[in-house]
Amino acid sequence: MMSSEVITDMKARTLRRHMKESLRNLARNGWMTFASVSAVTVTLLLVGVFFVIMMNLNKVATDIEEDVSIRVHIDIAATKEDQDALKNNIEKISEVDSVVYSPKEDELNNLISSLGEEGEAFKLFEQDNPLYDVFIVKTKQPEHLESVAKKIEKLDFAFKVRYGQDDVEKLFSFIKTSRNVGLVLIVGLLFTAMFLISNTIKITIVARRKEIEIMKLVGATNSFIRWPFFMEGLMLGILGSVIPISFISMIYRYSYEYISSKLQGHFIQLLEFNPFMFQVGGLLVLLGALIGIWGSVMSVRKFLKV
Amino acid sequence: MIEMEDVYKKYPNGVVAVSGISVRINQGEFVYVVGPSGAGKSTFIKMMYREEKPSKGTIMINGVNLGKLKESKIPHFRRQLGVVFQDFKLLPKLTVYENVAFALDVIEEQPKYIKKRVMETLELVNLKHKARMLPTELSGGEQQRVSIARSIVNSPKVVIADEPTGNLDPDTSWEIMKIFEEINTRGTTILMATHNKEIVNTIRHRVIAIENGQIIRDEQRGDYGYES
Repeated sequence: MMSSEVITDMKARTLRRHMKESLRNLARNGWMTFASVSAVTVTLLLVGVFFVIMMNLNKVATDIEEDVSIRVHIDIAATKEDQDALKNNIEKISEVDSVVYSPKEDELNNLISSLGEEGEAFKLFEQDNPLYDVFIVKTKQPEHLESVAKKIEKLDFAFKVRYGQDDVEKLFSFIKTSRNVGLVLIVGLLFTAMFLISNTIKITIVARRKEIEIMKLVGATNSFIRWPFFMEGLMLGILGSVIPISFISMIYRYSYEYISSKLQGHFIQLLEFNPFMFQVGGLLVLLGALIGIWGSVMSVRKFLKV
Repeated sequence: MIEMEDVYKKYPNGVVAVSGISVRINQGEFVYVVGPSGAGKSTFIKMMYREEKPSKGTIMINGVNLGKLKESKIPHFRRQLGVVFQDFKLLPKLTVYENVAFALDVIEEQPKYIKKRVMETLELVNLKHKARMLPTELSGGEQQRVSIARSIVNSPKVVIADEPTGNLDPDTSWEIMKIFEEINTRGTTILMATHNKEIVNTIRHRVIAIENGQIIRDEQRGDYGYES
C-alpha cells in the first residue's frame, strides 16, 4: 500500500505533466491556438463592450428613475391642516415611497440657481413669490408614476400634479428595449464563440486522434486523457480575455473621463472605473475560461468513445 | 492465461465475425493466429484487448472477465498487456525514448523508474543508441522495434501483435521475430496474427487457424497451411 504522501506527490507531478503537455500542445498547434484565442478575443471584446454599455445604460436608467418624481402643487387656499391631510392621503397610496414638502421659497431658490446668471432676474420675486408650495412624491417603481399621479389629482387641495409624462415613458421604453437587445446579443455572441472554439479545438483533436488512441491502448484513463485538453481550453480562454480586458479598460478610462467632465454636476453619472472595470475584467476572464473549458470538454468527449 | 468459451461477435451491421470460438492459451505460450483476410482474425485479436466486446460467451484473461469488465476498468486491464500493430502507431513528434516512455507516463509511473525501465527496454530491442531520434528518421523495422519496446515496457503478461511484420521486408521481419522470441523466452505469452507463411513454417509454434469466424485448426507446432 502506498502512503498518502506518495499519492499526493504523484498527483502534483501528474498535474505538472498535464500542464507541460497542454502548453506544449498549444505551442505545437500554433495556428490553431491563434485561431481559438482570436475567436475568444473577438467574442469577449464584443461581449465586453456590450456589457459595459448595458451596465452604464442601466446605471443611467436607475439614476433617472431615482430622480423622477411627481410634483404636487398645493392649492394656495390650503391651510396647514389641509396640507397635512393632503400629505397623509398621498402617503396612504400604496405605491408611494416618500413625500417631501418643499416650500415655495425653496422652489424659487432652486429655480434661480438652476438658471444661473439669468436667474438673478427672478430674485425680484423674492418679495412676492408667485410659486406654489410643493410636495415632491417618489414612487416605489417608476412605472407607477402615472397611476399615482392620477390618484393624487383627485385629492383635495392638490392644485396641479405634474411629472414628465411623455419624456419619461419614452426614455423608459428605450432603455428597456436596449437592455433586452443587449442581453440577446450577448447570449448570441457567447453561443457563437462556444461553437467556434469547440470547432477549433475539435480540429486540433482530430489531429491528435492517434495520440488519444495510443493513450487508450497503453491504459491511460479517460480523465488522464481529458486533463490536458481541459487545461488547454482553460488557457485558450484566459489568453483570449487578455486583449479585451486591456482594450476595454483603456477605452473606458478615457471615455469615463471625457463623459464625466461633460456630466459634471448632473444627477446622471457613469459607473466608476474602480470597481466597475475590475468586475468587468473578472467577468471576462471567467467567461473566457468557461467558453474554453466547455469547448474542449465538448469536443474531447466524442473522441473518448474510441 | 487466456480462456475463451463459446464466444460470438456480431457487429451492429449484422456481420457475424466470430461464431462460437472456444480456446485456451496458457501463460508463456507463443501462438500464431492465421487465416484468410476477413475470416475473423482481427475481431478475435481485438476482443483480447477489449477493443471489441463479445456478443455472447466469456473471455477470461488473467482472471479478468472481459464481457463483464466495466468501461472505467478497461484502462487498468490494458496495462497488463502489450499491443503491437502493423502500422506501428508511433507518435511522429516524439522521440524514440519519449514514445516508449509514453506508455509509463500515462499510467503515472515514477520518473526515476520510467527512465531506468525505458533504457532497459530500448536495450532489449537494440535501439538504445537511437533513443533521441524521431520515428521518421528510422527504418520500418526500427520503428516496429520501438513499438514493441512500448508494448513490453510495462512488463505485461501477454503481448498481442496484429500482423507485426505486415509492412516489413523479409530480413527485417526475421529481426522482429527474434525480439518476439526473446520476449517469449522470458515468460510472456505472445499472440500473433500473421500472414507470413515463411515465419510460421520456420519458427514453429502453436497455430490457430480461423475461417468464417471459427477455429478450423489448432495444432501445437503447426504450419501455416495456406498458399500465400
